[in-house]
Amino acid sequence: MNLSPDFFAFAYLVASIMFIFGLKGLSHPKTALRGNRLSMLGMGFAIVVTLFHPNVSNYGIIFGGLAAGAVIGIPLAMRIQMTAMPQLVAALHSFVGLAAVLVASGTYLMHAQEGHLNAVLLTELVVGSAIGAITFTGSLIAFGKLQAILGSAPLIFKGQHALNAILIGAIVVLSALFAYDHSITLFVAVTAIALLLGFLLVLPIGGSDMPVVVSMLNSYSGWAASATGFTLNNQLLIATGALVGSSGAILSYIMCKAMNRSLMNVILGGFGTTVEAAAADASKKSCRSASTEDAAFMFENAASVIVVPGYGMAVAQAQHAVKELFEQLHSRGVEVKFAIHPVAGRMPGHMNVLLAESEIPYDSVLELEEINPDFARADAVLVIGANDVVNPAARTNKSSPLYGMPILEAYKSKMVYVIKRSMNPGYSGVENDLFYLDNCSLIFGDAKKVCEGLVNCLKAN
Amino acid sequence: MSPTMTAIYVFTLACLVGYHVIWGVTPALHTPLMAVTNAISAILVIGAMLVAGSPQASQSVWIQVLGFFAVMLAAINIFGGFVVTNRILAMFKKK
Repeated sequence: MNLSPDFFAFAYLVASIMFIFGLKGLSHPKTALRGNRLSMLGMGFAIVVTLFHPNVSNYGIIFGGLAAGAVIGIPLAMRIQMTAMPQLVAALHSFVGLAAVLVASGTYLMHAQEGHLNAVLLTELVVGSAIGAITFTGSLIAFGKLQAILGSAPLIFKGQHALNAILIGAIVVLSALFAYDHSITLFVAVTAIALLLGFLLVLPIGGSDMPVVVSMLNSYSGWAASATGFTLNNQLLIATGALVGSSGAILSYIMCKAMNRSLMNVILGGFGTTVEAAAADASKKSCRSASTEDAAFMFENAASVIVVPGYGMAVAQAQHAVKELFEQLHSRGVEVKFAIHPVAGRMPGHMNVLLAESEIPYDSVLELEEINPDFARADAVLVIGANDVVNPAARTNKSSPLYGMPILEAYKSKMVYVIKRSMNPGYSGVENDLFYLDNCSLIFGDAKKVCEGLVNCLKAN
Repeated sequence: MSPTMTAIYVFTLACLVGYHVIWGVTPALHTPLMAVTNAISAILVIGAMLVAGSPQASQSVWIQVLGFFAVMLAAINIFGGFVVTNRILAMFKKK
């Protein structure tokens, strides 16, 4: 069958529109599933149409690759624990990056065989390969940190920024040379340097900055697809890659803003230098502790309770115990709401997924701007595995590294209970002023055990 | 207009569309947003298919190998990304 280039261009336009409306579906949980199905349809349509492309004549390899991808991808997605979503996403980003490198290399070989090499094509190829390579190794490191194969502490060494600058310079110079020289050695050299750069860019970033890193790599994977679209002159790849690229960029921006930091600050890893000075003067103050029975009594007699979950809830796998607590209080007529800080968890929206998984209704789960006015009216707040996001120092203490960061105003409520394993400060290393307030009590213990304890106290009454 | 210029048009306009659509996504669904963008960035599979299925591939084992792995990696993303997004969104649907 010989279909015209315009037929394919039109079909690809239809697929792009399906992706746009698919993403638009995510504006509400009710339309989201439908949106996802539309995106799937767009993808299936694009693949089927491409099978009829005049330049596609070998079907064996294509079907083999698609089948292998399905066999690996589907069980992976079915089995993954929701707490491990950030790792899965990082791993998938690395695959897109590597695929971009492979497509660029393959395209180079195809054109070299035909003798159709020109400066524009070669520039696009080498840029596509470099972005893909950075995405690939950067995501591998992010995966390693999230999966705790690598330590989550930032790896910082002297001359790091200078080295990165030299590598970026080398990529630019060698790419320009490649555009005129056409030699595969230069292509391989640029790709190799970009692989190294991907490692170096993510290694210095600490485990708790992962929401930003994962968002950034999400963005890169989109740009990699777009760059590949430029080399193949395929508008579908360009448009779809641009959608994904802007999505990741916006998420990175939201995450940075929620941490009161600039993107450059996160990338360069310069946080936490003022920590020691801030921690030193806090040791003299005293804080109170409470038993689970006291807390359960308070919650039971409250009209409204706000729960602030953090990454500690995910680590302790406490989300199901939290759900039981929610039900116990709900059945006693206590209004329970959940307050989610944008950077709670290891990726954007992570807490919402964990709460949804334990079947807490999404309309009880509120974002920072929505819930903050409610804290002053709440009778009690329960903070589970969150720390810096409820530190009032962000509002009151100008010398605090957290100053200016948007926080959940838990300190304004009548009574705050914080479940904590020990008195260690949060990831930023900053002492939490909340713990020393008169209306705050600490419940020491593992998040899951304490929540189960609270449930048992409630059941006993 | 040269093909490169057309490509730049499409790219720029798609970035603007993306900007507006993504700001409309509710923060509660940011994780499924990442999972689904993961899946659709694997639209690279089209490029991979054009390499793996090209007439040139039949003359070069290298192109075949590169093409196969590119299709496979993109397909892992497509199937994995869409399935996991579906799983997450189904959780939000339950009341």
